[in-house]
Amino acid sequence: MNSYNADTMHINTAQDAAADGIQFYDIVIIGGGPAGLAAAVSARKNGIENILILERDNKLGGILNQCIHNGFGLHTFREELTGPEYADRFIRQAAALKIPHKLNTMVLDISKEKLITAVNSTDGLLQIKANAVILAMGCRERARGALNIPGSRPAGIYSAGTAQYLVNMEGYMPGREVVILGSGDIGLIMARRMTLEGANVKVVAELMPYSGGLKRNIVQCLDDYGIPLKLSHTVIAIRGKKRLEGVTLAQVDENGKPIPGTEEDYSCDTLLLSCGLIPENELSRGIGTEMDPVTGGPCVNESLETSIPGVFACGNVLHVHDLVDYVSEEAAAAGKNAASYVRQADGGADTAPAEKFESGDGATPSCKDQSEIPLISTGGVRYTVPKTVCIDRMEDLLTVRFRVGAVYKNSFISVYLNDEQILHRKKPIMAPGEMEQIILQKTQLEAVKNLKTITIRITDC
Amino acid sequence: MEKRSLTCIGCPLGCTVTVELNNREILNVTGNTCKRGDDYARKEVTRPMRTVTSTVRVMNGVLPVVSVKTEADIPKEKIMDIMQSLRDLNVPAPVHIGDMILENAADTGVNIVATKSVAVKIG
Repeated sequence: MNSYNADTMHINTAQDAAADGIQFYDIVIIGGGPAGLAAAVSARKNGIENILILERDNKLGGILNQCIHNGFGLHTFREELTGPEYADRFIRQAAALKIPHKLNTMVLDISKEKLITAVNSTDGLLQIKANAVILAMGCRERARGALNIPGSRPAGIYSAGTAQYLVNMEGYMPGREVVILGSGDIGLIMARRMTLEGANVKVVAELMPYSGGLKRNIVQCLDDYGIPLKLSHTVIAIRGKKRLEGVTLAQVDENGKPIPGTEEDYSCDTLLLSCGLIPENELSRGIGTEMDPVTGGPCVNESLETSIPGVFACGNVLHVHDLVDYVSEEAAAAGKNAASYVRQADGGADTAPAEKFESGDGATPSCKDQSEIPLISTGGVRYTVPKTVCIDRMEDLLTVRFRVGAVYKNSFISVYLNDEQILHRKKPIMAPGEMEQIILQKTQLEAVKNLKTITIRITDC
Repeated sequence: MEKRSLTCIGCPLGCTVTVELNNREILNVTGNTCKRGDDYARKEVTRPMRTVTSTVRVMNGVLPVVSVKTEADIPKEKIMDIMQSLRDLNVPAPVHIGDMILENAADTGVNIVATKSVAVKIG
């Protein structure tokens, strides 16, 4: 099984030896997955030497280690990589930059003053003071308890990600006759993976009238193997006492209620749940960051900074992404912004805002007139990241990511500065499963006198 | 004449594209919204290709299995042959990312390579 050799890189900095045993770092990154690694690399490239990554697993790379399928990195590296290969690229970059990390280290608490309490089996209880913290803890799967599926509680019911871990990391098959509830990407990927390993995947049921997964996964993971996808269907009964023996599916109406007479029984020994991901924010709540109830992640400004100054967030802990490439991009921005924050706090001398047409590489200017302009999501837009923009602090171009709440065909993404429309872009299709983005230009925002709101909405033709 | 219906993966639109064939000769492609759909459908009915990813058992490693992939795309109908060729394989640790695990898998002319490293288990 796993050997838990704690290969924590040895850390020996001048600040290390504070009398009370508290270690000091400029930036501490919580989580060594794709977000944490990209944030660390970016912070180092932006001039911050004293960085530490804390990771609770026995290796870096996060969930990518078990995502052995291909399709990662098309945006970042212009080639198609598997999850472990994508992780390896960033692990190598971090190693080349000599960024230290501690494995098998669980962060227990982060205070508002950015005092981090963590524990591992070599250091025992650790206290680390940071100038800036980057939250990169990722997300976890929605479990059966949150889905209210009636029936007994036999063995054989797994989240899709747990099954993925068992098959791809431990080399075990969780079962032979499989039904999958939820058409999230992990469920689709596991439908193919279990089929390749000899299991009989009978059906994928999806409560919504559309799939939550990427089109490519529906075709290459289900259609290729003749696995049916039943939209507007859910599991209404679970049979079996010790081991799962079967489930009953039923069609649901527009309110998600099962339609009598549509029940269908399936015998199976395994039910995989792929019903959504939830940002893992216990630590963020502990610090007291303001949370967005829609994303389940912290509210952040244009610098990806939470409501607690010097605490930044990126990746799936902020909002769940569908492509790791966008996680890396977002995390690199968080790392750069955290670096600016540290430089500003360090030097005290606040560098002037960058020239209009240069890429702002100086220290982060504070939001001088305290005008954090809200980004308003409406008309089909469920949320935006970031939620506010400070023009002084923003770079020349700012990526705003968002998701829509339903499937929209031949509609427009419209952006308004106050009441003035600055963008009206036609999209043949938008779906909840595919993250959208727009780019805001600093010059456009500066041109508006007395800018109070930025509104993003979906409009019909 | 044969008609085949498939879903384009070029974008989230996922057009249902219909290809009319006469003895493997493509007569007509309909249902696509853009050229990508046409290209995809033509390739998909004549010579569909896939990358296969899986795992292979490791002896004496810190992990019991190592993830692997076909170094290049292989014909879709060869997927299960590739899986069969990996089933009884057992490689000794250490394995390094990029190591060749199996040459010319299932006579496709494509090698299987490791996609992660697995160190030797100590103790």
